[in-house]
This record gives sequence, C-alpha cells and structure tokens, in this order.
Amino acid sequence: MSDMTYRDALNLALKEELRRDPSVVIWGEDVALYEGSFKVTRGLLAEFGEERVKDTPISENTIIGVAIGAAMGGVRPVVELMTVNFALLAMDQLVNHMTKIRYMFGGQTWLPMVVRAPGGGGSQLAAQHSQSLETFFMHCPGMYVAVPATPADARGLLKTAIRDNNPVVFLEHELLYNSRGEVPDDPEYLVPFGAASVLREGTDVTIVAYSRMSILALQAAVELEREGISCEVIDLRTLNPLDTATFIASVQKTGRAVVVEECWQMAGLGGHLAWLIHRDCFDTLLAPVNRVSGLDVPMPYSRKIEKLCIPQMETIAAAVRETLSQKY
Amino acid sequence: METKLRAVLPDQDLIRLYEQMVLSREFEESCAEQYTKGHITGFLHLYSGQEAVAVGATAGLHKDDYILSAYREHVQAIVRGAEPKRVMAELFGKATGICKGKGGSMHLFDPTLNFMGGYAIVGGQFPIAVGLAFAARYRGEDRLAACFFGDGAVNQGNFHESLNWARLWNLPVLFICENNFYGIGTEVHRSSALPDIHKRTCGYDIPSEKVDGMDVISVYQAVRHAAEWVREQSRPYLIEAVTYRFRGHSMADPAKYRSTAEHEMWKARDPLPSFGRRLVVEGIASQSHLDAILAKAQTTVQEAVTFAEQSPWPEDREVWEDIYV
Repeated sequence: MSDMTYRDALNLALKEELRRDPSVVIWGEDVALYEGSFKVTRGLLAEFGEERVKDTPISENTIIGVAIGAAMGGVRPVVELMTVNFALLAMDQLVNHMTKIRYMFGGQTWLPMVVRAPGGGGSQLAAQHSQSLETFFMHCPGMYVAVPATPADARGLLKTAIRDNNPVVFLEHELLYNSRGEVPDDPEYLVPFGAASVLREGTDVTIVAYSRMSILALQAAVELEREGISCEVIDLRTLNPLDTATFIASVQKTGRAVVVEECWQMAGLGGHLAWLIHRDCFDTLLAPVNRVSGLDVPMPYSRKIEKLCIPQMETIAAAVRETLSQKY
Repeated sequence: METKLRAVLPDQDLIRLYEQMVLSREFEESCAEQYTKGHITGFLHLYSGQEAVAVGATAGLHKDDYILSAYREHVQAIVRGAEPKRVMAELFGKATGICKGKGGSMHLFDPTLNFMGGYAIVGGQFPIAVGLAFAARYRGEDRLAACFFGDGAVNQGNFHESLNWARLWNLPVLFICENNFYGIGTEVHRSSALPDIHKRTCGYDIPSEKVDGMDVISVYQAVRHAAEWVREQSRPYLIEAVTYRFRGHSMADPAKYRSTAEHEMWKARDPLPSFGRRLVVEGIASQSHLDAILAKAQTTVQEAVTFAEQSPWPEDREVWEDIYV
C-alpha cells in the first residue's frame, strides 16, 4: 500500500494504462503541455508523446465526437472535459450519439471510451462552475457513470473504466483531488463497476452516498458515534451500474436510511434511491427515508451563502438524527 | 467538349455506375410505395434525384475508406454494398434488417463494408468522421473517412469545429456536401450568409471545390482526385456537389416551397436518363441493354420487398440487447 492523493492515484492509473495498452490515447483542453487544469495529466506528454497525449481546441462537443469515431475505429480514447459544466456543450455527442450508437446500429459496434470530468461545488466558482450533473448522466441508458470517493477507488475505477468496452463517464470531485489515502500497489488493482463499498458498518441507520458526499457521511458517522448512534455508510462507487443489493441489504438490517446527493433535489438521483428503498424495504422500514441534497438554486459565489447550498457534514448528521426521531 | 466516357473508365465500370443509379432510384421509389401502404413507418427521407452523388463518390473511394452520412442514406449504404433486401427489411422494422430493425431508415450501418452509419442529428457525423480518420492514422491504416452531409448541416457548430480540428491535426477526411438547396423548406440563401458552401472552408485552410452533382462522371472524377490528394497529404478536403431532390424533405413533406418551374428545370437534368443517353451515344450500351438493367433492378427491389414482408419481427427480448457490451 502507498499513501497518495486522489489526484496522484488518477495520474498513476492513466500512466499505467497508457503503458499497458498502446491503443489508449488522451486528449482534452490543456491536458498535454499545460498538464491539465487540475494536473491530473501531469507528466503524460513527456512520457507518451504528442500522438498519444493531445491538446484540443475548446470544442467540447467535438472532443466527444472525435473520441466516438476513434473508439469505433479501434482506439481507446480517455478524454478530459475541463469541468463537468462544459459537458453541457457536449450533450449532443454524449447523449444523442455516444449512448445510442451501439443500440441503433444493432450491436455491430462498441465504444471503448472514457470521459473524465471534474465537478462539484465548494470552491467559490459561482453558478457556471459548481454544478453536480451526475443525475443527467445516470438518467440516460448507454453509458456507465463512475463517482470515486477515495484515492484507492479513483485508481481502481479509472483502470476498470479504461479497460471496459462501454462508454464511461468518470466524475471526479474537485475538492477530493488533494485528499489522501492508502492505495494498493498492485498494477492490476481494479475496482469492479456495480459493486458499492461499505465504508463503515453500523446498526442504527444506513447512509447511502457517493463521491465527496461519502467522505462527509463518514465524518458524520464519527460525529454521531459520540452520541451513541451507529451509522452504516455505503459508498455507491458507480451510479450506473447501480448496486442496489448492497444498500437494500443494509437498510433491511438497520431499518432506516438517509440518502445523500450533492446535486439538486428536484428530480435528483436521491429520489430514485429512496424509491428503491421503499419498494424493497417497505416491510422493514422503521421511518421514512430521509434525503439530503444540494439546494435547488444556482450556486452563489459568496462563501457564506455557498455553504448553505451544498450538503455539509452537519446537514447529514442532522438528517440522521431526524430519521432516528421518526417512525412509521 | 464533354469528356468521352471511355477516357474516364472501362465499359463495365461505366455500366456499373448506371446499374447502381437505376437500382437506387427503383429502391427509393419502392420505399415511397411501401410507406404509402403503411409497411414503412416513421421518418422516410428519399434520395431520388441525387443518385449521381452517392454513386459517383463511392466509385471514387477505396473499399477500405470509411463512409458516413446523414439520414437520407439508403443509397449510400446500398451502393457501398449493403444488400437491398436487408436494407428494406430494416425499413420494415424486421429482425433480418441490417441493424436488426433497431435503427430504421435513418440509422443504417455495416462495419464489414466500412459504412459507419447514418446519423439523424443534423451534423452529428462530422466529429465522428474526424475520429475515424484519427484512428486510421494512429493505427497506420491507409484509409480516409468520407463524410456526406447536406447544405443544412453547415451552420451547425459541429461543422466548423470539425473542419478546424481535421486541419489542425491534419487528418484524412473528405467532406462531401450534397447541396440540394433546401434544409427541409429553408433555401440555402435564407440560412447561409455565404451560400457558396465550398467557399466556407477558407477560414480553416482547407481546399475545396464545387462539382455538378447531377453528373455521375463529374462527381466520380472530383472525388477520386480529391481522395488521392487527401490520402497523399493526410489533410482534409471539401467537395460541394450541387444536386436536387425530386421529392420533399421526407414523405410527410409535399414541398410546396418550391416552384413547379424550378422542379421541372431540375427534372430535365435527371442524372439517370442523361447518363443512359451518353452510354448509348458513345456506343457503350444499347437501349435494350439499358432496358434490361432497369428490369433487373425492378426484380431486385421486388425481391427485397418480398423478403422484408416475409421476415419475422424482432423478439421482445431484443429491447434489452445491445445497450452495453
């Protein structure tokens, strides 16, 4: 095991897969010479050269479209959208093309490609640079959606994504890049898709979260333990495929659930998770499923009010306490 | 003076071009009939009038070259080698269709023919063609990507982003605009500040030319020459083929935005009879030979319809197949 940051774990995964498979190529805005806005692609140009690590024009829709064509032609592109907010400029290629091509062409082709996109709020980047768009992607069949919370998962999920023959949208959280953790040294360390991890075992309530929200949920669980509340924390790791079995089994054990999402509440993924829990745990639920979400507002700049819009450790802890005070 | 046909291609190749154009016309007109009968549903965009573009261009490409097109692409697929009966079955929504009945008229695809798809979001195929050209170069393959599109697609951001990208990375892409003057009902000069589409590449340092899209030989010569240049230089090129569709945008469109006089003027330039006449005048084929070609095409299309009618519907379980590998 090595102690490393989430950023370095991603960087290591990219380097390892570029070394392992000559069909892997990297492109995106400022990923080569500038080494990436968040420096995830540091050192790649120097090691792998200009034909495999390429800067692109600021043309997000075409970044994705060219990756689709390249993937169809036998290359494995791992492209970066500078931030997930810019994915909205690429939704035509992502949704109308990337997720449809295999199906509408009768299964005669496949698209081994990864779209990496940093996102999430909390850096005072205001309304256009702070969005959490994971629900947009998991809503649409035809692409996998990975949302790593820890450095180990960042490495293992990215390697799985690159080796998978389906399109994968890989959502990195900007506030996690400097987080540290133990990462296995095995170059074949792969984290399978559709396998949630139990970050902490508990008996009173299940918290279901993903990405940075899983880290905050863990902190809330530590806080709540002092109050004698035992939380089980489930980190989803991938939103599609969605591992329902793990959190359903947990809620059947604890009888209570809080689902946490950083995205907006309106039609957000937490509503879907709550429905799955109600459907499968109706007889064992001791209280209504609680839900913690981002506020349904465009993100403000000022740090005093930005904080109100994003779920915090305290918000999650309060939601757990509320759930424990309720019963059916 | 017009070029003598035999100076361009051997007799059997010239006759092949005529056969392909006749089969294309018969296929499309049969589709119209089957649509009217309710056997073909959904959107149906027919190619009648534009045959010289697909036939001439495909003849000017190598079999290894990728071809991409928009949603008016039955003819491009058939000319590239797709079996008419499997294309017709696709339009009928049958399991024996070229895409198992999941794509329909607008989404034909056959990677074994390097026919890389019909795309129904206007301009969606541009960056995909660029990506295929990248893959070809990256893998050291001697092939280009030929990207067909209509005049309506050139005001999409994709067009400009893809031209810039193809030149920036110096990729072998041959852009082929089929300018039939109308994006549904909006004429080119009402949608484009510069209606001469081939001139729009100057901002991207991409050479281009305009060609008579009603003359199969002109299209063939232009595409063959351009494709050689693209291959040798590993750089993009654009051809604007000026043509006309004899039918509306789709079967739902009576095309009332065009005058009868305009329509008649273009009908007089129908690429099929004009090429047939040249074959007879230059002693390459007799009229009875041309009649036999028509009869054979009609038989092929009738067999395609029968095959489509008799083919099974997709199984219900197919709904869940082919989403993921």
